[in-house]
Amino acid sequence: MSDARLSVFKTYKLYVGGKFPRSESGRVYEVTDSKGKWLANAPLSSRKDARDAVVAARKAFGAWSGATAYNRGQILYRIAEMLEGRRDQYVAEVADAEGLSKSKASLQVDAAIDRWVWYAGWTDKIAQVVGGGNPVAGPFFNLSSPEPTGVVAVLAPQESSFLGLVSVVAPVIATGNTAVVIASEKSPLPALSLGEVLATSDLPGGVVNVLSGRTAEIAAPLAAHQDVNAIDLAGADEALAKELEIAAADNLKRVLRPQPVDDWSATPGTERLTAFLETKTVWHPTGSLGASGSSY
Amino acid sequence: MPTTAPAPGLADVTASDSTLRRFLHGLPGVDAVGLEARAASLGTRSIKTTAKAYALDLAISMVDLTTLEGADTPGKVRALGAKAVHPDPTDRTAPTTAAVCVYPDMVAVAKEAVAGSGVKVASVATAFPAGRASLAVKLADVREAVAAGADEVDMVIDRGAFLAGNYMKVYDEIVAVKEACGTSARLKVIFETGELSTYDNIRRASWLGMLAGADFIKTSTGKVAVNATPANTLLMLEAVRDFRAQTGVQVGVKPAGGIRTAKDAIKFLVLVNETAGEDWLDNHWFRFGASSLLNDLLMQRQKLATGRYSGPDYVTVD
Repeated sequence: MSDARLSVFKTYKLYVGGKFPRSESGRVYEVTDSKGKWLANAPLSSRKDARDAVVAARKAFGAWSGATAYNRGQILYRIAEMLEGRRDQYVAEVADAEGLSKSKASLQVDAAIDRWVWYAGWTDKIAQVVGGGNPVAGPFFNLSSPEPTGVVAVLAPQESSFLGLVSVVAPVIATGNTAVVIASEKSPLPALSLGEVLATSDLPGGVVNVLSGRTAEIAAPLAAHQDVNAIDLAGADEALAKELEIAAADNLKRVLRPQPVDDWSATPGTERLTAFLETKTVWHPTGSLGASGSSY
Repeated sequence: MPTTAPAPGLADVTASDSTLRRFLHGLPGVDAVGLEARAASLGTRSIKTTAKAYALDLAISMVDLTTLEGADTPGKVRALGAKAVHPDPTDRTAPTTAAVCVYPDMVAVAKEAVAGSGVKVASVATAFPAGRASLAVKLADVREAVAAGADEVDMVIDRGAFLAGNYMKVYDEIVAVKEACGTSARLKVIFETGELSTYDNIRRASWLGMLAGADFIKTSTGKVAVNATPANTLLMLEAVRDFRAQTGVQVGVKPAGGIRTAKDAIKFLVLVNETAGEDWLDNHWFRFGASSLLNDLLMQRQKLATGRYSGPDYVTVD
């Protein structure tokens, strides 16, 4: 018996509704490393996969947005824990995808894990920062609180296959939205592997759905979809972003235009958290007015 | 196509309990594996573009829009009636549904809500859904519904008597209810296929119902775990096809319960076309008992018209 082992290839699959389906179309495309060497076949999603992902995300929205911010924070932190355990795998995938040395890829993965932790901390703090009591001229308590927008379509950055991906997905779900994520077209493997971590991190199925394929092909039906509430165009080039923004105008989607970003390593700030929030303002009577005219 | 029809001469099979039993037990047994395989293979047809548009409109026109809850209010029934008349308020080319289906005490309200639109009012009766009441009570239930103006009556058979082998009792009951319906109301006979246990029983119930004068045979009440499936609907479609071949009398079929998506509805239409034939592709002869199905049909219809996927925000919340 020889020592040579047959290699066990991994079948990369989509992550939709907590399950790992192949593309409904049955199509795949070849993913190569930065030097053009074949790495794996990834599913080439169709518009029907996009539709199914939206259905899954909509179904998950009620429970996820209704979960306590504290609970969401725990789950996001759990994702970071699970990533830490599979760090080597991500380092290898990122190194292949982006043509980085092992040490540079390690920095990327570490930064991505730290970012999950950072956003996990924000879940129960964002309301205090962007919400609050408003002074009004009347006997009312007037309170504004942020609420998640709904189902968000996310076009992950094309170049930064993992840190960039985490930087756009984590803020969307931290505030209670659910996401349909289109992985980087050229290097989707880290994103597809992320699905495996999400599935084992107590994150309810459907909160994050990962699709791989041609960004333009999948993004078009998502931008026009009447049941998608917002779209993040981080991974779209200028021409595609314009086209998608026009399609998204039809049902008044919130659109986050592509931002100039160097390498995603800078501290992100709260812009991406607040991009997909709505503000609910409640007027509540303070009670009957006293004889002095004051209600307090 | 092999026929499952019994030998001719149906006039005397209902003469007595024993002749009826001999006839029903003499029906050919159902090949369960074959039946399910055929239903599944017909469900794989791909219906696209213009054929899909036709199928969606046909399916909408076949819906018996149903509300059978203890919590039904006159307001809810009126809302349902409005929806039946104009399923898609944003698109007046959408056809009306076939009927609204309510409890007998809501018939008058429903009748007023759909007046002048051509939408029929169907009422369940005979102690729906259990059917566990005396014949006198059941007939009173039916008469009340008919008097209130119901165009169609959906009765349940006495499953207890059927399963005990007391076929004549079931037969007599259907005949009595048919008589109570008079000439103004069409009678749909619900078998509750989920409680009949076997495909053989469903075939026997189908023939029993048709012999007793049913205008429609209907799978189920929607109140039990197993409702309409492609297989039991296919079986009933075979029965109505064979019954017409033998007697010249056409009987309708209504699967009810558990059909929620446009995709499922189109699969049923394929079954109808391939089994009973084109004559049944009309809301006079085939219906869907459903409530949430209509919204999915409308969303698919909007998708075809606009090219973009629609969402639940663009149809009514029932």
